[in-house]
Amino acid sequence: MGMTMTQKIFAAHAGLDHVEVGQLIEAKLDLVLGNDITAPVAISQFEKYGLTQVFDREKVAIVLDHSTPCKDIQSAQLCKVARDFARQHHITHFYDVGTVGVEHALLPEQGLTVPGDLIIGADSHTCTYGAVGAFSTGVGSTDMAAGMATGLNWFKVPPTIKVNLTGSFRPFVSGKDVILHLIGMIGVDGALYKSLEFAGEGVKALTMDDRFTIANMAIEAGAKNGIFPVDEQTLAYLKGRTDREPVIYEADPDAVYEQEITIDLSTLESTVALPHLPGNAKTIGEVKGMAIDQVVIGSCTNGRISDMRAAAAILKGRKVADGIRCIVLPATQEIIKEMIAEGIYQDMLEAGCAISTPTCGPCLGGHMGCMCAGEVAVSTTNRNFVGRMGHVDSKVILASPTVAAASAVKGCLADPAEL
Amino acid sequence: MSKIYVYGDNVDTDVIIPARYLNDPSEKALASHCMEDIDANYASTVEPGDIIVGGANFGCGSSREHAPLAIKASGAKCVIAASFARIFYRNAINIGLPIMECPEASANIKAGDQVSVDFATGVITDETTGRQFQAAPFPAFIDRIIQSGGLMESLKARGLAK
Repeated sequence: MGMTMTQKIFAAHAGLDHVEVGQLIEAKLDLVLGNDITAPVAISQFEKYGLTQVFDREKVAIVLDHSTPCKDIQSAQLCKVARDFARQHHITHFYDVGTVGVEHALLPEQGLTVPGDLIIGADSHTCTYGAVGAFSTGVGSTDMAAGMATGLNWFKVPPTIKVNLTGSFRPFVSGKDVILHLIGMIGVDGALYKSLEFAGEGVKALTMDDRFTIANMAIEAGAKNGIFPVDEQTLAYLKGRTDREPVIYEADPDAVYEQEITIDLSTLESTVALPHLPGNAKTIGEVKGMAIDQVVIGSCTNGRISDMRAAAAILKGRKVADGIRCIVLPATQEIIKEMIAEGIYQDMLEAGCAISTPTCGPCLGGHMGCMCAGEVAVSTTNRNFVGRMGHVDSKVILASPTVAAASAVKGCLADPAEL
Repeated sequence: MSKIYVYGDNVDTDVIIPARYLNDPSEKALASHCMEDIDANYASTVEPGDIIVGGANFGCGSSREHAPLAIKASGAKCVIAASFARIFYRNAINIGLPIMECPEASANIKAGDQVSVDFATGVITDETTGRQFQAAPFPAFIDRIIQSGGLMESLKARGLAK
């Protein structure tokens, strides 16, 4: 019986010719990631168990992106724990304020995620790297500790849902609309314990940044991972970022899928998710006009250069509406440089946006944009749970960069096609 | 027998332990804010041995291990749910928080019921109604981690940690 992409990556990393759905395997890791919230908990486990060496200092990444630049004294202490550990163990891929970016934008940009890799990260959105044809999944801090020590972890081979994409986007529609639409279709546990494998002619119509956005939110459907086939675009993206040879796995023609879903990209409209679940999907036409207080454009979901360009194209020559706070968070330092070079940074400043250094801050109600009771944000982030961006009585509406930018200009939830 | 806290579907890790408290990962701090954004009374009323009953997809969202750590530190004996989000499932097993997957128990146990559980057999008994439920068994591989007391203890047993 044939194997899916995920099965093939697992088999190769477990030293097996074939793996079956449901099989428990121990597999070798190509990269183990942690951030300033999860790594300190992992480090404390690592040290508690008398571990003195990481399995490979080149295969551990520690990224101080969540509470940085530090929002308070306790966060500064957590960063110090991670920083000291990185120094002590000579961790090659350690990113601190000044070089840091939002981890799931930064690691692919730096060429640390390569097709065929098996990656775990103590952050749920680690599934982002499926965009380059790697298997990657979020784990907890203890898994990170064990992974750093042994270079191994246990996995249950998941069943796979195949998502066939056809057609190409209408104007203003992007990867965010695909994933919000999909989660709306199958629900926030619609892919629980499963792999989402994207396929079909429509994949070609997606930019790499679209693919990162889609794979990033696989977890919001409960999925273990979301994975894309490797094509010319993937290989072009890798060029100049890594010397490592990609290992390209293709699903077998007779691979077994638990379910198949087809999405025609040309039928998709701008889509948002209303509070308090990413599965509460509505087309913009159904909900435009809702009152808002804040707009957030950025994050590991939508903080890449394509997202900045799409938002800036709407904001250029316009103004953020009175009474609206528009916070822009380019996900990496490189993206800021590109924005400046392209004039996008200036356009957003002129429009009245507050542009931040890279940080996860507002997405999880950490800093740089917490909301009080009664406030509503339109945000390009990934979660709209109760209290996610601050007070338990604040609300988050998830949207694409074009919807977010249009909403900032109009002062309410708005359709970018109608500006 | 244990007091029960019943919550619905999709209890996410942001309500189990809100991000604003992640800057202090000590057990005491996590326990004091456990479930705060879904049940402001939980932390002040939970007693050792109590049980949380959730619906489908319990523990969805963030990978923060602080969530099962907070529940464990709060004194709760275990979580029963119709299904668990996969990262929470791993984390609970890895840190030694007992979890029981049982849609029937999740659907039938009501707030205020007294419940007892037998981890060895997976039998959940609602002492108030007299009904018994059978939780899904763990695969042997995962059961070994649980029996060791968590992932790091199982590595220690294999000589991979001290």
